[in-house]
Amino acid sequence: MDNIAGSKSSLSWAVHISLALLVALWLFPTVGLLVSSFRTSDQIATSGWWASMFAQEQNLTLRTSDPDDTRVERDGMFVVEGQLFEGDVPDISVWGVNSREIDAYFPGDTADLGDGETFTLNADGTYIWTGNEDQISGRGQRAFVTAETPPEFTTQNYQNVLFDPSNREGMAKAFFNTLTVTIPATIIPILVAAFAAYALAWMDFPGRALLIAAVVGLLVVPLQLALIPLLKFHNEIGIGKGYIGVWMAHTGFGLPLAIYLLRNYMVGLPRDIIENAKVDGATDFQIFVKIILPLSFPALASFAIFQFLWTWNDLLVALVFLIDSSGETTVMTKQIVELLGTRGGNWEILATSAFVSIAVPLMVFFLMQKYLVRGLLAGSVK
Amino acid sequence: MAQVKLSAIGKRFGAVKVINGIDLQIDDGEFVVFVGPSGCGKSTLLRMIAGLEDISEGDLFIGDRLCNDVAPRDRGVAMVFQSYALYPHMTVYENVGFSLKMAKVPAAERDAKIREAAKLLKMEELLERKPAQLSGGQRQRVAIGRAIVREPKVFLFDEPLSNLDAALRVDMRMGIAQLHQDVKATMIYVTHDQVEAMTLADKIVVLDQGKVMQVGAPLELYHHPQNLFVAGFIGSPKMNLLTVDAKGAGAGKITVSSGDLAATTFDINETITSESVVMGIRPQALKLVPTDQAQLPATVRIVEHLGNETVINAELASGGNILAIVPGDAPLKYGEKIGLSFETADAHLFHTSGPRIETVSKAKAA
Repeated sequence: MDNIAGSKSSLSWAVHISLALLVALWLFPTVGLLVSSFRTSDQIATSGWWASMFAQEQNLTLRTSDPDDTRVERDGMFVVEGQLFEGDVPDISVWGVNSREIDAYFPGDTADLGDGETFTLNADGTYIWTGNEDQISGRGQRAFVTAETPPEFTTQNYQNVLFDPSNREGMAKAFFNTLTVTIPATIIPILVAAFAAYALAWMDFPGRALLIAAVVGLLVVPLQLALIPLLKFHNEIGIGKGYIGVWMAHTGFGLPLAIYLLRNYMVGLPRDIIENAKVDGATDFQIFVKIILPLSFPALASFAIFQFLWTWNDLLVALVFLIDSSGETTVMTKQIVELLGTRGGNWEILATSAFVSIAVPLMVFFLMQKYLVRGLLAGSVK
Repeated sequence: MAQVKLSAIGKRFGAVKVINGIDLQIDDGEFVVFVGPSGCGKSTLLRMIAGLEDISEGDLFIGDRLCNDVAPRDRGVAMVFQSYALYPHMTVYENVGFSLKMAKVPAAERDAKIREAAKLLKMEELLERKPAQLSGGQRQRVAIGRAIVREPKVFLFDEPLSNLDAALRVDMRMGIAQLHQDVKATMIYVTHDQVEAMTLADKIVVLDQGKVMQVGAPLELYHHPQNLFVAGFIGSPKMNLLTVDAKGAGAGKITVSSGDLAATTFDINETITSESVVMGIRPQALKLVPTDQAQLPATVRIVEHLGNETVINAELASGGNILAIVPGDAPLKYGEKIGLSFETADAHLFHTSGPRIETVSKAKAA
């Protein structure tokens, strides 16, 4: 009785653990990428992204303002007063005046620098430095402060990568280039495939079964096989490298699956509905537009998601059919590859660029996930 | 509204003939029911009239127009499907108005027609709903409403009530009868349910294996079946059919008898040469008599008391079954010997090959 489908398996804990592991495996790098993209290069270099969530201890070396400009004479002594920090004052735990003893004093303590020279640092970051004329001169006094700094994030990376016009390696142009490739490369195959699928599912013509078999056969042809001949063909008919070429290529590579998916869905629609529409006076085209298309929406949406995702993430087809030496048509995938070469050390740039490129697919996925699941199963079980 | 004429209509799927040279005349405003066992071709014939199946041979006239190669939408017919075939993504209002929209009827006129049909079918409050929110009976009404608004010359119904439960079916049957009174259009109705056929039809067409077995008014079919198939098909419960030995007994007379049946003489209009014929008696025509007067002695097997009548399933001496329905409450028990008798006028005679043998008394009665 334990093995009846649907009953709880005794191994369910193993399933749960594996699931949790898989989720962690996928989520960890993505979250890391997201967090890193909001940190400065210094932060990335000094601590891991997981540490950035919490307040952390930091050793800062700071210097008082220049005594020659700001010292004032008071009771025969010279005094420099001021604020050690620019901006927010962190929570100071200990401080020192010597690099060997950075934890010698607590906030509010006064350090004796010898020969009557003293330095006081308060918890609010203000300091008082007193001494004779010789002592209070030259460069400012150094203070080594150990402070708790709150988590700090910046959108500066996104500013740089997306909106800085002087940044020639930025992603903005590549982002729009990718959109220019992706949107028509999603819409064109759906339009063509919907018509084809209706004809293959519901219109009687000789050779229909052979055509369907051919479409299924095309599903197994790897696209790499077609790259060179197709590019030669594009060059010969004068399309060359460019958007039209890449749209056509994506359309061609996407069509077999699109036709197959949509045809299987449409053939599962009740025959009576279509016949009734025929008797009701609808032409084939009207049946397609008014009846079939609205009823096929889940299948259309699921294919649209697929086609969008893999044209968005495509590098190979874009390299072959689109990107030329002018650099005007570089898509994001290619841009990231180039950044890896030229800016390999600048993790904040890489993380931000990578996240810009996965943000849109993530959004599409979360908005349309109900169609993704429903559309995949659509037509398979009747 | 128009008459429909089928002349030698035939349909082949490859080498298989499913409809075999059917000739039929359906008058303007007539309610015709196609009835027959499943697979007899009744739905195919209806779909051929609708234009959903090609006509392999013969001619189809709707009105005076030859419609063999006319597209469904141009035939002026409306069809109601067994599965209702409502458009699931449209509201009832849009469903009913779809054909008018296709015909480019102006919006105001369309609206008026939809509301009129909704009123006729008492579904005005359903207009804004989607089909998924309707019950079976409501969906069927919408499907009929969709047919009505087209104001077709011919209504075609393909087993429209078979997906409904029994009570609703009786309701909708009356609804359809009422509709026929109201719109007075020609209607062709396919069913395998003979109660629907008997109650609705002006004319019943009994089909078997792609051939017309008999065409006639419901009671004519009941009282005067033209062959063994119709005799067995029309009437519920089925007519008892007994194979008996026949002997000519002078001109225009025949005496039939068997191990079960005491010799009975009929006046007939033909001379019988064969040695055995089939005699049919409806269960309701049998009477309980004392065993010594019995034409058909039998042994009771199952007795069903329905209050107003008693259904007796009895075994004949030869081992065959016979069904009798007698009025009132007959106090019978399992294994009891009974005698059954009948008026010769109530019995039907058939050749073993099928056709009816006309008896004189019956001919007079008819």
